[in-house]
Amino acid sequence: MSAWIGLLIALVVIATAGWVFRFAGQTVTGNKPYFRDMSYGVAFGFALGVALLAWLVWSYYRSWAIPAGQPNPYFFLRIAIHGFILFAIAAFLFRLIGRYVGTGTSRKLFRSMPLTASFGILIVLVYALLAIFAPMLAPYGQEQVFAQANVVPGGDPTLGGNPDFPLGTDQIGRDILSRLIYGARNTVGIAFVTTIIAFLLGGTLGFLAATLGGWVDQVVGRTVDALMAIPALIFALLLITVASAWVQGSGLTVAMIFIMAVIDSTRVFRLARAVGVNIVVMDYIEAAKLRGEGLGYLIFREILPNATAPLLAEFGLRFCFVFLTISSLSFLGVGIQPPLADWGTMVRDMAPFINYAQFAPQIAAAPLLAAGAIALLTVAVNFVVDWMLHKSSGLKE
Amino acid sequence: MHPVLKIVIQRLLLGLLTLLAVSIIIFVAVNSLPGDFAQAILGQSATPEAVAAIRRDLGLDQPAVTRYFQWLGDMLTGNLGISFAQANFASFVGTSAESGSGPVTVAQQIAPRFENTMFLAGVTAVIAVPMSLTLGILAALFRNSVFDRTANIASLSAVSSPEFFLAYILILFLAVLHPILPSLSNIYEGMPFGERLYRTLLPALTLTLVVTAQMMRMTRAAIINLLASPYIEMARLKGISPMRVIVKHALPNALAPIINVIALNLAYLITGVVVVEVVFVYPGIGQLFVDSVKNRDIPVVQACCLIFAGAYILLNLMADVLSILSNPRLRHPK
Repeated sequence: MSAWIGLLIALVVIATAGWVFRFAGQTVTGNKPYFRDMSYGVAFGFALGVALLAWLVWSYYRSWAIPAGQPNPYFFLRIAIHGFILFAIAAFLFRLIGRYVGTGTSRKLFRSMPLTASFGILIVLVYALLAIFAPMLAPYGQEQVFAQANVVPGGDPTLGGNPDFPLGTDQIGRDILSRLIYGARNTVGIAFVTTIIAFLLGGTLGFLAATLGGWVDQVVGRTVDALMAIPALIFALLLITVASAWVQGSGLTVAMIFIMAVIDSTRVFRLARAVGVNIVVMDYIEAAKLRGEGLGYLIFREILPNATAPLLAEFGLRFCFVFLTISSLSFLGVGIQPPLADWGTMVRDMAPFINYAQFAPQIAAAPLLAAGAIALLTVAVNFVVDWMLHKSSGLKE
Repeated sequence: MHPVLKIVIQRLLLGLLTLLAVSIIIFVAVNSLPGDFAQAILGQSATPEAVAAIRRDLGLDQPAVTRYFQWLGDMLTGNLGISFAQANFASFVGTSAESGSGPVTVAQQIAPRFENTMFLAGVTAVIAVPMSLTLGILAALFRNSVFDRTANIASLSAVSSPEFFLAYILILFLAVLHPILPSLSNIYEGMPFGERLYRTLLPALTLTLVVTAQMMRMTRAAIINLLASPYIEMARLKGISPMRVIVKHALPNALAPIINVIALNLAYLITGVVVVEVVFVYPGIGQLFVDSVKNRDIPVVQACCLIFAGAYILLNLMADVLSILSNPRLRHPK
């Protein structure tokens, strides 16, 4: 109850501060138009922002003031603040480098880029490198089991850590850092492959439907409509149940890839058909048809090159969606199967550790790292896609 | 007939057709399983005679089309079958009849959980819809300000994070570090409303985070789209305050896309509910669904799937119909 009263008092204080701020501004500047026309909402917003900033600074100070070994409720806030500042600096430097290094076009691109987009590109690059060079970067193998289980992340022996395992080990003694790095390869790689299959399938069908029209278009179109009426995650769960009757273990992972690819190809089909239909009526298609070109030529040499831009933007969003769905499936225990290291499964396995956060924040960090790895990538891709869409739509306001 | 009514009826029929198609897909998927219900109950060591007997009892020896219509009829009358977890050999042969109550049917299993899930979705909607509308209007009002950019980045991050990440972050801060709300939503029947609400709040907040972001962004975009129109310019020139311009003049015209997005996001809740219920051990239909998927409990899986798909189609239909109804040009044709 006292928390609510505290909140109420804080709100009243902020509301008063906003009024005082505006009044002070008006008096001090002699009624400059900026302060004279300021609505109370804006003044309140400023006060609220200052209060939030002050709270963050105070929490940050508190997180250092509490001696090590004692319960530290500000530990995660500190990490978040550090992470935010670090990522902002990294994104800024990356953009700065991009502005002076590279070809003319890429430099121009970096010049007009918001910080969020450069952050997104940086993260995607880092993930790609991690996924490609996982075996070289990871200190241990993803299935390697060590004698020491439940080593606390942080590598501080006084808190139950071990410098050999900087992020600790899980319940059966596998190195979490190695599994996180291999997770980049498995989770991202599988999502990537799934998206590509979905695009091949959906794109081909979509262009075929657009070019052929008639009953092909109707049959495929109506089937896709029916398939899309079932939410993706629900449909995937149903099909995985069916598939699990035939295959087990890593076979189920492969089955899941194809199930997700088929489900997602319906969404790709929609877009490919819509784009294709607009292209098919163009004069150059007519000319190609009159030349007597075959269906394959029409689709791959005439339609595809003209449909690349919208398909690429869709690829980013589709990848995010597939990646999130596969992670959710793994989190639910029916996605990527062990022994492959995978972020969703890691979150599920280590989730109970979160309950120790009050006494030993380092322990609780492990599951959040895996979940954060998923979130970071999708946020990054979304930032990039958002910027691309904003750029191509030419929205100014 | 009024043209709007005609369109609405058309959409309703189309929805019904979609539902029928979905039921066929689910039926085909489930029936492509190797073996069948009889074998699943009796296990590997069953004699062919026993399997045949149960097949005959359940009508599994009928052709697929006949079985489909029987199954559809059963579904429509609320007879969702008996879950594998509950069914056993004895209950089918009838030897356990004297032990009293029969096996728990799927319908009995699902009914209370369905209510719980609806409660969760309802609480989420009550928090999320007003909040996202307010935030969206504020973002449109203070567009390109610090507030707008912060809200944009925060909502984009929330929209693209997996549900379980948001859920664990909320658990970490609101349940573990600052024990304000319970991290486990153990809800039982006959719980007082306040207590129930209190335990539902954390999963509801997680879902709110997921859907609010999308709705807020769309509200903002829909309003900003209109701000360049001449009649908004006129309202501004009259000297109306910016807030009033947006709420009185822009919002009514932006309502159709906003309603559409709200309904679509409520449909999205259906998928989100599955993961969130598992995280918070909330006794809803999503958790039952995931458990049944793991146990390969086919009758429950297909019933849940049908319910989810039905709700999804219904909400999409609602979005469609509402956006037609909120369009004055369609309501008052010349």
